[in-house]
Amino acid sequence: MTIPNLVGAGLIVIGAGIGLGKIGGSAMEGIARQPEATGKIQTAMIIIAALLEGLAFGALFLGQ
Amino acid sequence: MKIVLNSIRFFVIIATALFATTVYAGGGNKNDKDGGQVSSAEEVKEYILHHVKDSHDFTLWSYTNDEGERKHVGFPLPIILWTSNGLVTFMSSEFHHNDDGHVVVEKKGLRFAKIHSKIYELEPGASEIKFDESHHATNAHKVLDFSITKSVFGIFLVGILMFIWFRGLARQYKKKKIPTGFARILEPLVLYVRDEIARPNIGEKHYRRFTGYLLTVFFFIWILNLLGLTPLGFNVTGQIAVTAALAVFTLIIYLFSGNKSFWGHILWMPGVPVLIRPILAVIELAGTLLIKPFSLLVRLFANISAGHIVVMSLIGIMITMKASMGAVGSTLLAFVLSFFITLIEVLVAFLQAFIFTMLSALFIGMAVEEHDHH
Repeated sequence: MTIPNLVGAGLIVIGAGIGLGKIGGSAMEGIARQPEATGKIQTAMIIIAALLEGLAFGALFLGQ
Repeated sequence: MKIVLNSIRFFVIIATALFATTVYAGGGNKNDKDGGQVSSAEEVKEYILHHVKDSHDFTLWSYTNDEGERKHVGFPLPIILWTSNGLVTFMSSEFHHNDDGHVVVEKKGLRFAKIHSKIYELEPGASEIKFDESHHATNAHKVLDFSITKSVFGIFLVGILMFIWFRGLARQYKKKKIPTGFARILEPLVLYVRDEIARPNIGEKHYRRFTGYLLTVFFFIWILNLLGLTPLGFNVTGQIAVTAALAVFTLIIYLFSGNKSFWGHILWMPGVPVLIRPILAVIELAGTLLIKPFSLLVRLFANISAGHIVVMSLIGIMITMKASMGAVGSTLLAFVLSFFITLIEVLVAFLQAFIFTMLSALFIGMAVEEHDHH
């Protein structure tokens, strides 16, 4: 791996980290406000996280 | 009870096969990277890369004996090739675990060598492989390889296992209402996939048609992910070809079950200005045909490969940190770290199977959804 590749991988991970943090934080807040909707919020959270993760992995994969 | 007995019988057969494995000598080559003693950081790296790839042998472990010979414990797998002379089959033990092309096998007048787990056919007249500076073979070419590799063996294993388990479950439903024995463990999982994944994402009207596929995909990926965490050393769902095939199945299913409104929304999006419609059609087509299956296949492949690399790197700490921490300290650190990462990997194994099934259901649901236009 060259230096630009490594910097790019770092940027991807920073972006994915911010995204996952926002998703997780909002889901937490949602569950705290409405504990009876925990199951639905969790499912939606996992789907969005999976889509984000697919994007991040796709970028890492293409950057190799 | 019968299903438990069947599974036990199956495991006994597999265990017998594993313990009846032959110990066969390798080339005695010290630089042989197929296991054996690993003592430096570079060798750890090479060992990990070797593990992540598919292999033509099923090696459980290997060691170097007192005479300095490399011994491998495991069993050979059949190699099936389609060459210029037609079908050629032989056992992988004929390569004697050599992976750098120095052992040449002669079959049907053709010569074969194995380089980095790929089988090469030597050009006529050549008796050994020559390499150029960048380590590419100059007098050999790749052949069509239909071998039963380690991953194919793993797929067969899971296929048979799933057939025994779920046939038993289905047979019990025919006879009486409540399943017994091992099927009681499977029933809630089956119901979970049906009620939490298929029904809400595909819709009440169509979900029955696709539940079979979703169940198959879910259990296939999950069992293979869990098998990858055992010391047997499978890395099936971390092979991009396997995940690509699974993603293509989902692609075919949602393309061929898509209704008129699905294709209408892709090719001629209603409700937007006419000039924008062709542009949207291009984007939607790229999304449907490429991006959706690509995200499915890369997610599973990258997650499982990354998991395997992380676990093996943490085990490798045992070797790389030996100089600074001592044998006991480095082993303890490697054990603690890899133990907890393996626990997380058990969760990831389920999560990835769940996500693949969930997104497949979501994509199928988008294709069969009925819009009521007002």
